[in-house]
Amino acid sequence: MKLENKQFELKDFASEMAKLKNDKHFDFLVTIVGEDFGEEGLGSVYILENTDTHERISVKAVNSDRDNACIPTVSNLWKGAEILEREVYDFYGIKFLGNKDMRRLYLRSDFQGYPFRKDYDMSPENNRYTLEDDPEPDYTVEYTLDKHGKLTETQHKLFTDDDYVINIGPQHPATHGVLRLQTILNGEEIRKIYPHCGYIHRGIEKMCESYTYPQTLALTDRLDYLSAMMNRHALCSVVEEAMGVELTDRIKYIRTIMDELQRLDSHLLFYSCCAQDLGGLTPFIYGMRDREQVLNCMEETTGGRLIQNYYRIGGCQADIDPNFVKNVKNLCTYIKPMFKEYEDVFTGNIILRNRFNGVGVLNCEDAISYGCTGGTGRAAGWANDVRKNHPYDMYGQVDFDQVVLSKGDCMDRYLVRMEEMKQSVRIIEQLIDNIPAGDFYIKQKPIIKVPEGSWYTSCEGSRGEIGVYLRSDGGKNPLRLKFRPMGLPLVSAMDEICRGEKIGDLIAIGATLDYVIPDIDR
Amino acid sequence: MEVKKPVIKSIPYSDFKDNETLEEIVKELHEGGVNVVVGSLDEAINWGRSNSLWSLTFATSCCGIEFMAVGCARYDFARFGFEVTRNSPRQADLIMCAGTITHKMAPVMKRLYDQMAEPKYVVAVGGCAISGGPFKSSYHVVNGIEEIVPVDVFVPGCPPRPEAILYGMMQLQRKVKVEKFFGGANHKEKKPIVVTGNVDEAKLKEAEEALAKAENNQ
Repeated sequence: MKLENKQFELKDFASEMAKLKNDKHFDFLVTIVGEDFGEEGLGSVYILENTDTHERISVKAVNSDRDNACIPTVSNLWKGAEILEREVYDFYGIKFLGNKDMRRLYLRSDFQGYPFRKDYDMSPENNRYTLEDDPEPDYTVEYTLDKHGKLTETQHKLFTDDDYVINIGPQHPATHGVLRLQTILNGEEIRKIYPHCGYIHRGIEKMCESYTYPQTLALTDRLDYLSAMMNRHALCSVVEEAMGVELTDRIKYIRTIMDELQRLDSHLLFYSCCAQDLGGLTPFIYGMRDREQVLNCMEETTGGRLIQNYYRIGGCQADIDPNFVKNVKNLCTYIKPMFKEYEDVFTGNIILRNRFNGVGVLNCEDAISYGCTGGTGRAAGWANDVRKNHPYDMYGQVDFDQVVLSKGDCMDRYLVRMEEMKQSVRIIEQLIDNIPAGDFYIKQKPIIKVPEGSWYTSCEGSRGEIGVYLRSDGGKNPLRLKFRPMGLPLVSAMDEICRGEKIGDLIAIGATLDYVIPDIDR
Repeated sequence: MEVKKPVIKSIPYSDFKDNETLEEIVKELHEGGVNVVVGSLDEAINWGRSNSLWSLTFATSCCGIEFMAVGCARYDFARFGFEVTRNSPRQADLIMCAGTITHKMAPVMKRLYDQMAEPKYVVAVGGCAISGGPFKSSYHVVNGIEEIVPVDVFVPGCPPRPEAILYGMMQLQRKVKVEKFFGGANHKEKKPIVVTGNVDEAKLKEAEEALAKAENNQ
């Protein structure tokens, strides 16, 4: 959607945002986008959704003082805002007044400068790495304005002297990548978790600003490699929407089928890894075995196993393989009995039930407040499927159920994904037989230019809503490209979910949240 | 006593790329002279070591998923003796660096390497670990892990196919087989083996010629 930013004065900002949340029921903070508006100053764009009507609006806040940019926090309204504001602080140096935790999120604490500002020096001489350990502070900083309007700093301690702290990660097999969870324990019980991100922060968004639009496509597949198709779909969609490209039905059919195949692939890997994290090797092998069948189908058309690079602005890289329809149909007949097998092998297992039932509960209200989309939110009873709420491509016309459960514990998060695989097969079966003839690619100009303005488009990724925010000045490079990470809200909710649980259950909770770290860190 | 050419059952010696590096290592050993007793012991120990290479599960990004795929039913690296992956660097023989190393991760990577017991090896999997790959121009990515730790085998690809990872591991096996285990390990070889994947040279040449022809026509 094209963003018509509402702009509030900074002094009324907090109260206006509270009005939007409480009176107009904009209770889902989709994302906060940090922005460098150049001479206008530094600022951020908030995208909000009303979870009843699914209406979306965007709000802009700008502070013209570049050296001491500060904006009132909204972390008291939306719990998920705390970590999103930390991200903006990390990249732009905007201080959020009243946010209790203004530490750097992704970069090292001794990092100099704010890399996403337009005047940041990207040269290698300015960006050397060190092999020294990061001198992390053991306190957080809160900024407030005193009555003379001067910025003051308050420090809060992270730990007390009696706290027993364990670091889980960054090198740990059950964190699914390089995430570090600083866990405070009371005996076996978890009292607090501080997530540390950024061990795989590659600066994709900053790199995109110096690339042309077709070049930026190459990086999206490497964000969340298990929803590579959807990431790219979201980026292609936002550019196509901004340029006003109308796609043929064939492209829409192919993209929908490919997205669902990718979802199947991702959820099979979720099943495998979830089982392996709990110590079950047989389901791991079974899940990976069937994942290879899905990959075979995609590989014949796209040529890639994991990173497919298939979509491009205006269509797809190539037409589908002549055998694609036959292969996908074979896959559907092959995989349906397998779902039964997974249930026999793993779902009914008594150990699994004991470890999952009632463990790691996230209630619906918190899920919305943190912005935990995808399977995690749906397990808590929040119907947040982008495919249903904001239908794109063929999703408005196919018949499928949005899987929504109510308990919000590990078992429900697991069951949502098992059920979603069946729905994916159902969608594929409806489409595969009647892919219409037509062009698979609509020819674009050699140099793609996007008109001036800002847009936000989202797709349903494998583990939540993957959205892309694009601001363009009419040139061939984006001024700002921001991906809404699917996993970041999940990680920020870790503390809430795990509090009071046993340390052993942390692994089960992490496994069912199913985050992928390169997507969080970008 | 002579050091034999390393034999891998499934692929003949001449089919491997970059045999010259190995031959140089062997030559170096010959020049130093190999004791019969120590040499035979070396051979026996290296046979065992090369067939039970345990890797540290060190997957930072995309390549890690391919590494998992190699471990599973279809590719199954258990056939070659790599099936055991260790989660602790103390128990691992090699560190398979699958994924990008960022500035924040670099000290962690170095520490993990230092924690491993000798003799230890490093396999750099994927473009990011080799040179920074697609993220080379970023402000937060290390341009190749060779700046931090010595690398034994490079496996290019983004991500490399499981076949390429298997081939890279076989190259490492060969390297282990010609090593002098007693009297100082000589595996700190400066020039690493470069795996170029399963490329059919004839077809590659054909494609290049066709491309050149097409350009000429234009």
